[in-house]
Order: sequence, then C-alpha cells, then structure tokens
Amino acid sequence: MSNYVLFSIIIVYLIALFAIAYVSEKNAKSKWVNNSIIYTLSLAVYCTAWTYYGSIGIAANSGINFLPIYLGPVIAAPLWIVVLRKIIRISKQHKISSIADFISLRYGNHRFLGALVTLVCLFGIVPYISLQLKAVSETFQILSDDTSYMSTSVYDDSTFYIALLLAVFATFFGTQTTDASEKHKGIVMSVAFESILKLVFFLFVGIYVTYFLFDGTEDIYSKISQTENFDRLTKINGFEDGFNWLYTILLSFMAIFLLPRQFQVAVVENVREKHLKNAIWMFPLYLLLFNVFVIFIAWAGNLTIGDTQRAEYYALLLPLKNGNTFLSVLVFLGGFSAVISMVVVATLALSTMVSNNLVIPYGFLDRFSKSGSESNAKYIKNIRRISIFSIIILAYAFYVNFSFELSLYSIGLIAFVIITQLAPSFFIGLFWNRGSSKAVIAGILAGFIVVFYTLILPFSSYALTGTDDFIQNGFLNIEMLKPHALFGIDFLSPPAHAFFWSMIVNIFCFITFSVLIKGNYRERNYAEMFIDSQNYKDLQDGALVWKGEAYVAEIRNVLVKFLGEKRTERALNLFFRKYDLPADTQMADARLINFSEKLLTGSIGSASAKILISSVVKEEEVSLVEVLKMLEESKETIARNKLLREKSEELTTLTNQLKHANQELREKDKQKDEFLDTVAHELKTPITGIRATTELLMDDDDDMPEEIKTQFLKNMLQDSDRLSRLIHNILDFEKLSKGRAQLNIQKHNIRETIKRTFDSVNHIATKKQVEMVMASNSDINAEYDEDRILQVLTNLLSNALKFVEVKKGKIIADYKYVKGYLEVTIKDNGKGIPKQDLPYIFDKFYQSDNQNIQKPEGSGLGLAISKQIVENHNGKIWVRNNEKSGVTFGFKLPFK
Amino acid sequence: MNKIVIVDDEPNIVMTLEYTFKKNNFEVYIARDGSEALEILESVVPDVIMLDVMMPKVDGYQTLKLIKENEKLKHTKVVFLTAKNKASDIEKGLKLGADKYLTKPFSVKKIVSEINALLAS
Repeated sequence: MSNYVLFSIIIVYLIALFAIAYVSEKNAKSKWVNNSIIYTLSLAVYCTAWTYYGSIGIAANSGINFLPIYLGPVIAAPLWIVVLRKIIRISKQHKISSIADFISLRYGNHRFLGALVTLVCLFGIVPYISLQLKAVSETFQILSDDTSYMSTSVYDDSTFYIALLLAVFATFFGTQTTDASEKHKGIVMSVAFESILKLVFFLFVGIYVTYFLFDGTEDIYSKISQTENFDRLTKINGFEDGFNWLYTILLSFMAIFLLPRQFQVAVVENVREKHLKNAIWMFPLYLLLFNVFVIFIAWAGNLTIGDTQRAEYYALLLPLKNGNTFLSVLVFLGGFSAVISMVVVATLALSTMVSNNLVIPYGFLDRFSKSGSESNAKYIKNIRRISIFSIIILAYAFYVNFSFELSLYSIGLIAFVIITQLAPSFFIGLFWNRGSSKAVIAGILAGFIVVFYTLILPFSSYALTGTDDFIQNGFLNIEMLKPHALFGIDFLSPPAHAFFWSMIVNIFCFITFSVLIKGNYRERNYAEMFIDSQNYKDLQDGALVWKGEAYVAEIRNVLVKFLGEKRTERALNLFFRKYDLPADTQMADARLINFSEKLLTGSIGSASAKILISSVVKEEEVSLVEVLKMLEESKETIARNKLLREKSEELTTLTNQLKHANQELREKDKQKDEFLDTVAHELKTPITGIRATTELLMDDDDDMPEEIKTQFLKNMLQDSDRLSRLIHNILDFEKLSKGRAQLNIQKHNIRETIKRTFDSVNHIATKKQVEMVMASNSDINAEYDEDRILQVLTNLLSNALKFVEVKKGKIIADYKYVKGYLEVTIKDNGKGIPKQDLPYIFDKFYQSDNQNIQKPEGSGLGLAISKQIVENHNGKIWVRNNEKSGVTFGFKLPFK
Repeated sequence: MNKIVIVDDEPNIVMTLEYTFKKNNFEVYIARDGSEALEILESVVPDVIMLDVMMPKVDGYQTLKLIKENEKLKHTKVVFLTAKNKASDIEKGLKLGADKYLTKPFSVKKIVSEINALLAS
C-alpha cells in the first residue's frame, strides 16, 4: 500500500473523529453523550498502543508477564466506589481540573507543590506520548510498501504531521472554555468511539489469527508447547518472579488513579457519580476482552514469524504476511485509535496542569491582575494551546532522539514508576489529616531521585554510550549502589526495583516529615475537608476557616477579570441569595473568599486563585488549634441546626394536626348545636299545638261547638303521636349513628321483604291511586336485619308516594345481584329532587323546599336513619334523578 | 273589625289561632307559607300580620322584607310567632322591622292581649 493511500485513510479517519467530537459538543446534554457506557469507554483510554502492540511483544518474549499491568486496574475497580467517588466529590466541589490541582489543594493550595506535581507528570508522560508516536511511525512503515524508506528530515516524516494534527484536535476541543474543570464532551465521545474501534479490531485480528490461520486455541497451544523455552513463557518462575508480579500489579493499581489522563477522564469528565456503579464491572470486562487473544497472537507470531525483535507488531504482521491487507489496515487503525485517544487526553491533561500550575502561577498573575476579562480569557486559552503544541513537539523531539532503542513496554513502565511518586501524597493524604506540604515535596523529590538513579540514568546512559558499565558496576564502582540492584536486591526487574526503592524512600520521607513538621492552618483546614468530605459537604463554603478583612468590591474586581461582568454578577447574586445576605454587602466573609477561590480555580488553578484573592484581602494568621476548634464548632452547629430543623418540622406537623383536629371538633360542636336546635324546634311544634288546644278546651268548654271540640281533641292526639314518633326516631338515629344498634341478621328472601313493605303502604297508594310494581321475579336470599330493612324500604316507598302525582304516579321496585352485593332500587316518576339538594338529602332534618305544599308526615329523620341502617349493614345508599322524571333511590347490601 | 293574616305551615297551630282570633272579633285570613301570604296581601290590607319563621318556599324573614317594601302595608303591624327563641333570632327579627316577637309554645290568651295592646298603641 502506498504512503499516500495510507495517509489519506488516516486523514479520513481523523475527519470522522472530528465530526463525532463536533456533534457531541453540540449535543452536550444528550443522554447519548452522558451515560455510564460512554464513561466506561472513556476510561479505556488506559489501553494505549502499549496495550495494543506492546503486550504481544511481552507475551512473545517473556510469557504471561503482560498480565499484571491489567490486574492492577481490575483490583482497583471495586475500590472506585469508595476512593474514586470521594475524589470526584471533592474535585467537583472545588472545581479541580487536574491531579496537580488536587494534590496542591489538599496541602493548602501550595503553589510549588502544584508545580512539582506538574513536572513529575511531564517527566513521566512526555516520553510516554513519544512512544505512541513511535508506534504510529513504525506501524505506518510496516504497512506502507516502501520498507526501506526512512525519514531523513522532520518535514517528510508523516509522524510529525500526524502529531501536529492531534495537537490541532486537542486544541480545538480542549480549549473551548477558559474553565478547565468544565467537561470536554467532544473529546470524551471521540475517546469512547476509539475505545470501541481498538477493541473490536483487536478482537478481529485475534479471531483471524486463532481460527483462520490456526485451528483454534488448542492448535496453537499444542504447537507452541513443542518448542523450546516453552516453560519459561508460561510459568511464574518462583519467588523472584512473584515479587516482580506483585510490584507490577501495585504499580498499575496506583497508575489507574494517578495517570493524568485517567484523572482527566475518570474525575474531571465525570458527569454523574452513579456512572461509577456500572464502570466498576464494565471496565474490568473491557480489559479482560482486550487480553483474551494476546497470548495466542504472540504464540502464533512466534510460530510463523519467529522474529521476536518485531514481536510487538505480530498483530499487524500476521495478516500482512498472509496477504490480508484489509485486516492489517483495520489493525493499524485500531492501534492508531489507541494512540490518538492517549495523546489527546494526556496532552489535554498535561496542558491544563502546565498552564494552571506552572505558567500562570509563576508568570502571569501580575499581568492578569492588570488587564481585563476578555484579554485574560484569551491569554489563558493561548497558554493552554501553546502548552498542547509544546508538549507534543517535545514528545516528538524525544521520539526522534531517544526512542529508537527502547521498547514500548519498558518506556511505559518507566512512566508508571515516575507517576507513582505521587501515590503517597495522594492516597495517604485522602485518609490521614496530618500529611503536610513540606513532607510531600520531600517525599516526591526523594522518590524521584531514586527513580532517576535506578531507572532513568541507566537507561539514558545505555542509550547514549551504548555500554552498560554503569549498570554492571554502579556509581563509582560501589557494589551497593548498582542501579538495578541497590543494596544487593538483585532479583527484581529494573522497573519493579525502582518502584520498590522509590516508594520506600518516598513514604518514609512523607511520613517522617509530616510527623516532624506541622503544616500551617490552611493545610490542616483542607486536610480536614478532604478526609471528612462526607461531613464537609454540608458545610460547603463555610468549611474554610478564614479571618481577616476583605471588601466585596475588591473581590468582585478580581472575579470580573476572569469571568467577565455577567458571570461575576450572576455568581455573586447566587452566593448572596444562598446565604441570605443583602445584595449590597460590603465586607466579605470566609465563605465568600472560599467561594471566589473555587470560581477562579477552574480557570487558573487553585494556587493562583488563592494568590489572586489573597492579594486583595488582609488575612490574619489563625492558629492551628483555632482552625480545628472552629471546624468542630461549625460541624456541631450544622448538626444542631439539622436537629432543630427536624424538631421544628415535627412541631409544625403536630400543630397542623392539632389545628385540623380542633377544626373538626368545632365543626362537630356546631353540628351538634344545630342538631339540638332543630330537635328543639321540631319538638316544640307539636307541643305548641297541644298546649294551645288544651288552653282553648279548658277555657271555652261551654261555647265551643261540638265538632270543633272533637277536631281539637283529634289534633291533640295527632300531635302527641307526632311527638312520640319524633322522640323515637331521634333516639333510634342516635343509636344507629353511634353504632349501638344491635342488628338481628338472618337469611331472608328480599322479594318477600319488599312485598311486605308494599303491603304496609298499600293503603296510601290506593288512596292516591298510584301504581306500585315489582320489576324482578327471582328469589334472592341475602343476610340482613329484616325489621331494619323494612324500615328503610318503607321510608323510601313513602317518600316516593309523597312526591308522585295522584293517579299518574308509578313506583317500580327492583332488586338484583351485582358483584357480591344485593342491590335494591325504588324508582318513581315524581317531580324529582332539585340538583342542589341531592348531596344533602340524607342529612338529618333536611327537607327539600320542593316538597308538596302539604306539611310532610315525616320527622325529617327518615332518610338519615335509612342511611345509618344501610351503613350498619356495611352497605351503601344513594339517590339520583332519572333522565326523564322522578328519582331513583337505591341501596346495596353485601352478601356475607 | 280588625283584620289579621296568620302565616304558619302547621295546621293544628293555625286552627287554634284562627278559632281564638275569630272569637275575639278579628277577620282572619290564613296562609300556609310566605308566598300564599303575599298573594292574600294583594287584595287585603290587614291591621296585623302574624308570621312564623320556618316555612317552606318563602320563609318568615323574606316575607317580612317583602311586606316592608309594600307601600300599602306601611300601617300594618307585623308580629313574629315562632319556636325560634334564641336571643340572636329575636334580635334579627326586630331588626328587620317586626313590631313584636312572640315565641312558641304560647298561651292563646296572652297572644290576644299582646296583639290588642299592639293595635291600641
């Protein structure tokens, strides 16, 4: 394949990536972009060209030693739910945008510490990036026809242009906003896409090699097992190899937290904490899938190609050798994807660190505090852009000058060892509140010197001089100082050896210095916030102890320089509203200081933010004891406030319940008064009649005509009857409504019961010439108190009789079985009930205005008593107007 | 002969009042509720109207209001005769313009003497 075709494929692929990133950036809120799968796939930026090609190289040369690099992350994954979640929480709260920011903030916004962490990362990662470029370059050459071709100058080296394109990509999508703690959805999405491609293409070639070139895994195994050296390639050789394994696992365990690119995708780009839950099983699964075929491709390569020098590229060479160029191109693109994602994310992360922890705090703060927001934003972005290009060019220069001699795998391991120098300050700092900034600096420097002596120096001296004198004899020929066997420990591989010694020195310095030298109050303050992040979340901005004098106006001036007028106003308004402060507050408090520092952190890093804010405020020293006391107090206050709030809420609910109960009681009391009033009124009416009549009869005994006398006596009788009926009904009603009425429930035939009611009111019907009909013929037996139901039916029937017209009236009684209930209806064709009366018709003493002119016979309690009787049977009573005329009363009783 | 309109929906009570007032030389008109009373008052201008409060359709209070609006009846005395005997009820009745407020149960003799006293004043 010609160079130009291959280069065109690369360009087309890059354009596709650009499009994916662009579309995701435009749809940054879509759920396609924000989900746990994308998050997990972006974590797979861990798998670089080192994984893609390098693992096969290791597998071919030293067997299963490629595995521990993946076992570390697999072991780390379950711990994410605790450790990584804590890191994400803290970072989100403080708008942290890189691991340098994270560590420097933990140790009190320490400027030098941030810069040191950045330098360590640069040392570790730049060679690592150059490795990736090397992989691109070498695979490019393998795939192009011109195998003898070697680039003679930078300008005709395709790798250089590819590196530049990657820098453009990282610049375009990485510096859209000045706030580096904002999400880069475009980059994350393209990384996720690349993670799919590299895995799928790697699996393709694995399947191709295992099942097409060979007859499956057993075939490869049986063939390879007959070759010499086979044992060496498949076994862990004793105690010493075990140690090497252990250290490599530890190394990669730490790297998954500490590598800047992992911090970028796992912490800075994390959208939701809950995405972690899926990532802890999906990410190990991804790594597992990636490693399934490694050993088989390596064996197959050893069997068919046998050139262990180029074993790293077996995945590419195997299909190529068998004439499958298409698959080779896919493999190349997979490897290229691994490269792009690593280079882009690593450069982005490094450039943020370089700008926010190195360039800005040491070179630009003065300038920033003098110029306006627009030019500042431009400066910040440009610093980042220049950083990105510089890092890539630096990596390229490293690749051109050094990397010809080094394998992918070994440089990767060196990077890991350097990066792990951050581990003590990072991990121990999360859980131990004593660690101080000076101790961290001492630890990192000492550890780094050890790594330099045991790993970097021997490597570079070998690369530069071509001899291994230094390695063999040690510094000044002292046996104890042999760089790969310090103090006689000679059984570890060089990276494991360097890791072992550097960690011991680093941790020792860190702990000793921390115990000996106390950090200042600010360090202790942040330490408490990081360690107890769960509790301090409640404290929010109040978690920073600060004493001194500061004016809101001056802080506002600083903020405006970086955020612009609009965002500053919005942020301050939000702040004042959150803490219930007047908008024209003059003096700033600790919370505003903390809040403002956080606002600036995303743009210029935490150390610069602290410096800028403290340049406009007068801060007083606070003693360590005071800090701890104040923190304790505010924690207690929060707890007490919470308790008080809970109690107050309880009281409010209780008060409301009381109010409600009181209201109900008052309502009941009023109802009772009204009831008594009505009862009194109803009782007075017949008594009035009796009293007046008696008086007349007594006085006028002589002149009163006989027929009037008789009428009066009849009236008295009538009134007495009415009185006793009334009293009986009132008592009956009271008994029923209090539930004191004993029901005599037995099985009865409802047809018979209705018929008995008909008989009892028949004389009225006949008198009024009203027709009464039974609509049903069936025999239904139900259980009820027959006397009581008779009472109900009589009530309903006499009501109906009362409302229908003479001669034209018709009353239909019906009954049926409906879903476990006996339903009885009495339908008439009278004048119906006014709509407004319907809801009250079953209330006691409610009498419709629409009654016949003649005074009704009832006591005003008939329907109320009927309702009570039905409800005492656990039934229901209702009324509705018929469509044409008249009304239907109905009730239903449950079958037992 | 003095004219009286008795407005009440209880026939037994009305009967005693009718008998008593007729015997005391009143010309007696009977209405069973407010609307019937107003019908009678179209053609009759009585000296006194005796009103119950709790009646169907148009109650005593409403009837009184309508009577007060009628120019023809401005010399007619209005007396409530009702079972409602709470202080608040009495106050309401008098406020609406009733000349007297009598409560049930009553003594017929006392009713007659009250009405006569009212007419004499």
